[in-house]
Amino acid sequence: MMHIGLFVPCYVDQFYPRVAIATLELLEKLGYRVSVPPDQTCCGQPMANSGYERYSKKTMELFVKNFASYDYIVAPSGSCVYHVRKHYDTLEQTPEVAHIRERTVDICEFLVNHCDKALPESNFPYRVGLHQSCHGQRGLRFGKSSEVVAEPFSIVRQLLESVEGIELVDLQRADECCGFGGTFAIAEEAVSVKMGKDRVQDHILNGAQVITGTDMSCLMHMEGIIRRRQLPLRVMHVSEILNHTHQHEPSS
Amino acid sequence: MSHPHKAQEFIANENRVNWHDKSLWHVREKRDKAVNLFPEWEQLREKASQIKSHTLSRLDEYLEEFEKNAIANGVKVHWASDAIEHNDIVLSIFREHGVQRIVKSKSMLTEECHLNPFLEKHGIEVIDSDLGERIVQLAKEPPSHIVMPAIHKKRMEIDELFQKHLHTPPSHGDENILTAAAREHLRQKFMKADAALTGVNFGIAETGDFVVCTNEGNADMGVHLAPVQISSMGIEKLIPRYEDLGVFTRLLARSATGQHITTYTSQFRKPRAGTEMHLILVDNGRTVQLGREKYRRSLHCIRCGACMNTCPVYRRSGGHSYQSVIPGPIGSILSPGRDMKKYSSLPFASSLCGSCSDVCPVKINIHEQLYFWRQDITQATNEEPAKKISMKMTGWLFTKPKWFRKAGKFGRKALAKLPRWMVYNSMNVWGKHRELPEPPKESFQEWYQKNRKNNG
Repeated sequence: MMHIGLFVPCYVDQFYPRVAIATLELLEKLGYRVSVPPDQTCCGQPMANSGYERYSKKTMELFVKNFASYDYIVAPSGSCVYHVRKHYDTLEQTPEVAHIRERTVDICEFLVNHCDKALPESNFPYRVGLHQSCHGQRGLRFGKSSEVVAEPFSIVRQLLESVEGIELVDLQRADECCGFGGTFAIAEEAVSVKMGKDRVQDHILNGAQVITGTDMSCLMHMEGIIRRRQLPLRVMHVSEILNHTHQHEPSS
Repeated sequence: MSHPHKAQEFIANENRVNWHDKSLWHVREKRDKAVNLFPEWEQLREKASQIKSHTLSRLDEYLEEFEKNAIANGVKVHWASDAIEHNDIVLSIFREHGVQRIVKSKSMLTEECHLNPFLEKHGIEVIDSDLGERIVQLAKEPPSHIVMPAIHKKRMEIDELFQKHLHTPPSHGDENILTAAAREHLRQKFMKADAALTGVNFGIAETGDFVVCTNEGNADMGVHLAPVQISSMGIEKLIPRYEDLGVFTRLLARSATGQHITTYTSQFRKPRAGTEMHLILVDNGRTVQLGREKYRRSLHCIRCGACMNTCPVYRRSGGHSYQSVIPGPIGSILSPGRDMKKYSSLPFASSLCGSCSDVCPVKINIHEQLYFWRQDITQATNEEPAKKISMKMTGWLFTKPKWFRKAGKFGRKALAKLPRWMVYNSMNVWGKHRELPEPPKESFQEWYQKNRKNNG
């Protein structure tokens, strides 16, 4: 039986346990055997994107050690998954490293591309704006990016469309960055906040009640702006919506 | 001054930022419409990228072929290893012909060489004949965009500039009146110029031709009237064969402005009778960049500006915030190659969203090169020691799961209990305009230990 290792990104573990719980429950509902290695911490991206990849080598090695034995490593984060697949090329390419680079996938990718079971039923009777997080969208190709000339597709939209009662809103700028960008949010605070304000505004103008996405980090940034400005919106990870039934009220 | 500081200054005027962002996004939308009429767009990008890679792999041979053919056509070919040599060559040609006044069409290479101030210092009047460039020249500012040099200027500001310098009556920003005034003004300058300077978009090795693309026909106006023509070309602008040209002209205009083709695509081969045609081939750091494997593809750039139009950071921080001749994403990977210390903040002026790489008509992996520069810059320069220490400590903490969980628990408790002023103060950059997440009562791992103990 397929054995899945659940990777919970550092900030999700500490600040958004509900997202990890929703991801875990989704996989369990599908009947998978899921484990959570207790010694996991982070994929190493915060240091690497800040220019200190060299200080993340041991963090990356710990990730490999924690997850090398699973058939798939599933995470509720396109960004971390992108980092593992793309930037673990700096480690020595042992069979373990090659395995985790091949098998680390985002929950949406897993559900669409690697899972042959029917999704558990879910309902979410709200107007939802999809934030296409860049690392999933352009890095892992979760969908056609707006710059590219090709047949449109979006695995995240496809998943959300299967949710009962959901109404997906269209945005003026379908896949513009929200401005989080890890330490970019600090180093370029002014630009980052302005980008975030503009993204949130696009969702509001188009009548969204909830912003969803595959990366809690983008959502955390936009939530920070929403709460400071007391805007009538909330953020939820795609896993939470897919795991949502009548019994659950949307968590705030 | 670093990019974040300059960007903050620009962002202080939010209405202006919104206007700047919308203007450039409008160009990006025009580009999208134009390329989506083109089913083979992605194949064309791939083809262009391959032609550029191939050319760069044999640049020496193609340059020799190009020089040989250009000379055979009657063009006088010069080589400049850097900006100083380039400017000296231009000046010596002007001295030889007693040139006093010149008209110049748009050339980012001459900007890179700081040619205008050099010539002005030597008493030569330089008139930029591209309208946008003329506007920033009158305003004594550098261009803020490589295709739309005055995109940061509002019409009313241009109106004021024209009133002051061209003595036009107030037009209330009417673009027809402003354009007519510029046309009249530039016509006088074209008529009186002793020489005309242009940049070069493409040089063709097979024939020795070179190609200049403008939307105003100003390059043609200049060189058709003046007895001396000088064209300055970066050595990376070379393409091997005549038939390759169509690949690039189709990509250039669509990516730049959403036009199907640039209004004037002028091909120069030999001088008119009685006139001289000079071509200066300029290195100025290009062969050094060619030698850096990770960054080599940055030399594919055809200067369409699409990465600037699409970049969410450029649109909100303005071209001048980069303080570099080539701003935006492509400038942020080219500039550190010239002066890593001066431009050390540019590779960090990106959220790494990757839109630049997807929009690039010659498939430069811009966002990947930004990532590489970040690693190289933190190794080579000792700036921001506080960031270095915090990154080293964070890296250490992530290798100690128990400490990571203890630190997380402590942090969450502190965040929940501390008074607001202790959390939101000047040390907390995040909290300036954003709330921190509300700390949950338990982490996921704590929840998991309680609820799924036997699983594992």
